[in-house]
Amino acid sequence: MSHDANPDTHEEFGAHGTVRGYLTGFVLSVILTAIPFWLVVSRATGPLATAVLILAMALIQIGVHMIYFLHLNTRSEGGWNILAAIFTVVLVVIAISGSIWVMYNLDINMMPMSGNQIGAGQ
Amino acid sequence: MKLPFADETYSPIFGRLSLQSLPLHETIVVVTFIAVAIGGVVVVGAITYFRLWGTLWRDWFTSVDHKKIGIMYFVLAFIMLIRGFSDAIMMRAQQALSVGPGHYGYLPPDHFNQVFSAHGVIMIFFVAMPMVVGLMNVVVPLQIGARDVAFPYLNNASFWLTTAGVVITMLSLFIGNYSRAGWLAMPPLSEFKQSPDVGVDYFIWGLQVAGVGTLLSGINFVVTIIKMRAPGMTMMKMPVFVWTAFCTNILIVAAFPVLTAVLALLALDRVAGMHFFTNDGGGDMMMYVNLIWIWGHPEVYILILPAFGVFSEVVATFSAKRLFGYTSMVYATIVITILAYLVWLHHFFTMGAGADVNSFFAITTMIISIPTGAKIFNWLFTMYRGRIRYELPMMWTLAFMLTFVIGGMTGVMLAVPPADFVLHNSLFLVAHFHNVIIGGVLFGMFAGITYWWPKALGFRLDRKWGVRSFWLWVVGFYIAFMPLYVLGFMGVTRRLQHISNPAARPWFEIAAFGAFLIALGIACMLIQFYVSIRDRERLRDTTGDPWNGRTLEWSTASPAPAYNFAFTPVVHEVDAWHDMKNRGYVRPEAGFNAIHMPKNTATGVVIGALGTVFGFAMVWQIWWLVILSGLALFATVITHSFNYDRSFHIPAEEVTRTEEDRSRLLASAGIPA
Amino acid sequence: MSAVDHAGGGAETFYRAEEHEHPEGSNTMLGFWIYIMSDTLIFAMLFACFAVLGRHYDGGPGPKDVFDITLLALNTTMLLCSSITYGFAMISMQNGRTGGTLGWLLVTALFGMAFVGIELHEFAGMIAEGATPERSAFLSSFFTLVGTHGTHVTIGIIWMFTLMAQVSRKGLNAANRRRLMCLSMFWHFLDVIWIGVFTVVYLLGMIQ
Repeated sequence: MSHDANPDTHEEFGAHGTVRGYLTGFVLSVILTAIPFWLVVSRATGPLATAVLILAMALIQIGVHMIYFLHLNTRSEGGWNILAAIFTVVLVVIAISGSIWVMYNLDINMMPMSGNQIGAGQ
Repeated sequence: MKLPFADETYSPIFGRLSLQSLPLHETIVVVTFIAVAIGGVVVVGAITYFRLWGTLWRDWFTSVDHKKIGIMYFVLAFIMLIRGFSDAIMMRAQQALSVGPGHYGYLPPDHFNQVFSAHGVIMIFFVAMPMVVGLMNVVVPLQIGARDVAFPYLNNASFWLTTAGVVITMLSLFIGNYSRAGWLAMPPLSEFKQSPDVGVDYFIWGLQVAGVGTLLSGINFVVTIIKMRAPGMTMMKMPVFVWTAFCTNILIVAAFPVLTAVLALLALDRVAGMHFFTNDGGGDMMMYVNLIWIWGHPEVYILILPAFGVFSEVVATFSAKRLFGYTSMVYATIVITILAYLVWLHHFFTMGAGADVNSFFAITTMIISIPTGAKIFNWLFTMYRGRIRYELPMMWTLAFMLTFVIGGMTGVMLAVPPADFVLHNSLFLVAHFHNVIIGGVLFGMFAGITYWWPKALGFRLDRKWGVRSFWLWVVGFYIAFMPLYVLGFMGVTRRLQHISNPAARPWFEIAAFGAFLIALGIACMLIQFYVSIRDRERLRDTTGDPWNGRTLEWSTASPAPAYNFAFTPVVHEVDAWHDMKNRGYVRPEAGFNAIHMPKNTATGVVIGALGTVFGFAMVWQIWWLVILSGLALFATVITHSFNYDRSFHIPAEEVTRTEEDRSRLLASAGIPA
Repeated sequence: MSAVDHAGGGAETFYRAEEHEHPEGSNTMLGFWIYIMSDTLIFAMLFACFAVLGRHYDGGPGPKDVFDITLLALNTTMLLCSSITYGFAMISMQNGRTGGTLGWLLVTALFGMAFVGIELHEFAGMIAEGATPERSAFLSSFFTLVGTHGTHVTIGIIWMFTLMAQVSRKGLNAANRRRLMCLSMFWHFLDVIWIGVFTVVYLLGMIQ
């Protein structure tokens, strides 16, 4: 927490990319895009396995883009960039998973139209 | 493709707007309009007569000075406080007159529903928020030893976007009508089928435009606090108010996008016939409730955290001690910031989610009261064995501590799901949140206003009228809201235009009397402002440090000069100014340099004006005007980006002159430089 | 935390005698990053809506009926290519080559326009088949999520042309370099969102 607010150290804004960095990112993201497409088209795995695999690929690819294209690292802006990103990711996870959990739970409890469980829970 | 709004009365030129949109049949509205029109003419006439337009434009409207922008936020907030309070006293009067058979009060349900909706929206978005943002504007850059905020132009634009939201909301009073769907416009009532008129659209677009302004100012302050602190001021040497402002702005940046998204989805439902929250088409109204509280609960902390910051500063200053438990205060604030995102479901325990969901959110809610309690103890321990001076800011703080503890306790009661099933949407809830918002946020802002008024304007507030206002507010608050707890236990739900049980009448009459006392409190406060401005020479703060303060803002002149500090301060301690005074700081009187400052800009005013037009056009679905004002907004931003010449230097001679004036002032007060 | 560290410093330690100017725009990159974080949360809400409402077809068409994986692959390719070309524009900028920067920006903008064009074509096809946003909660949340992303891309393209005008006028001065870096963040951020969109909305929808 002891970030030094010394205005004398004016670093050049942002992090710099290199040709190699961009190309590495590009190749990785092409691979990580192609595999999920292939999995869905070919139906090589069962639906659940496919879902898990393509979600995993997406997460990895998001990481690749963050590192190679957005140049996210622990140093830029004294670490504030990555701190903000982590905080945002936490909130995104809370908001999306929380909404799904809450609304799914609501559906289970409040819409027993299909079955005969009305009153059964009492 | 049949869109909901496309009926036979729709005109391509005026949209849904027609002469019938003017509420000429409502006497109350017509009388209000006449009063406002006369008042407006008088104000405009006075400004013209005293030739103030030039000053207003040059020194205020286009100013990028954070102190002036902060003061403008306060003017806005007080105007809207009067509007919001008018709604409040109308409701109190209606409910007191509408209990039992044969008594139906004076407000028809249609009008009453607009009144309570407008009251909630205005008090939260256009009173509490501008006060909080205004206070941060005045204080934060001064406390961190900065010359201005990180993005001065954006700051000006944020203010004008907030004002645009106010104007859009206020227009609903005279053109069309306001929402009848409560302050959060819950569907399905707020959907097109149930509320086909423009009321909910006014709600949506007033908040959308103001929300953009709030979001931008949140980004601005986060960056300001991260990047603009004086040398030596590490994060753990920031004043507590800066810490709370920092966390509040993080919450703003992370919560207001949620509001923007949710309101946009509601607008899509209404205008484009989509099915997010509708009863039909697979929509789910509870999804709206879920999402809006993901914004709504952090919003509560957006409002209260800066108030906690104010109390921390005030308690330390007026106890003449350093704040007890600085580190725990900071961590409590951070913990609250994160936990604020884990409690939202406690606003709708009754929707029917399972016991596991309700238990989770009940427990997180109870946990969040722990850091808040820790803060209360820190303030008490700061006062313990301190030399307490009962100046006005300290009085507001004490009133807060008492009142907020009661409000917090009733909040924990509501956090217990079985209890909530009884108390949900009852007047108990209304009493609870007024207990924390008035007792916490508003008292905090009043403490902050009286504390920092000298720094912003150069003179203190009159004590006599302040004490009167204080007692009327505090006593009025208790008389107005304690009966509501009782009524809540009696089973009276909120937002009732008529109450059938005659037994409720005495309690409503007591509450109405309390509201009357608060009205007197507001009047005394306005008189206090008037008297203080009139007697400003008597109340002049010549020292720059009227309270024997502890933080950096008290090291510079009152009012602070445009450049804040002639030399950038260097910080060694949490209480930087206290430290400087202790260690024999000598104010420099020579060797001043030219100071680099941002130029004024009219872009903010233009953006605000266009934002108003855009919002109004969206409300009435005047599509050509939507497109035109939207394009104009784009063009303004792009044109502004072509301007590369945005700053100037205050010459060293001018700085020298200003500082020499201050030396003379200090000498006249008998204080050696 | 104690005064001992600074003791003996005399009065001048309490302020700086010289004026240190904050270089203009030194705050912009962090500010823009924080704006992007807030924009992420807008998309998070739209994803949450899709996650909750995405199966509410109301008897209307479902993902398998309306999505075309060929179009999706084409579209994703456009956006991926535009990422790497924007990267090349940034490399040219770092090397101080105005012409190269402008050229790569133009290529990026063309890829972006192709992306938006394909998306509009897809939307038009869906609407012609009766899969309109008003049909069901699934389609409402689909059009809103994908459309919001498309709107962002469109704004990015307009911004790109604005910057091309500014760079050709004033060259690669500090302000313009800073703006190019902001747009870089914005553009790559839209890639990241698109990864979420094609995975969660399209691919997961099609394997059901």
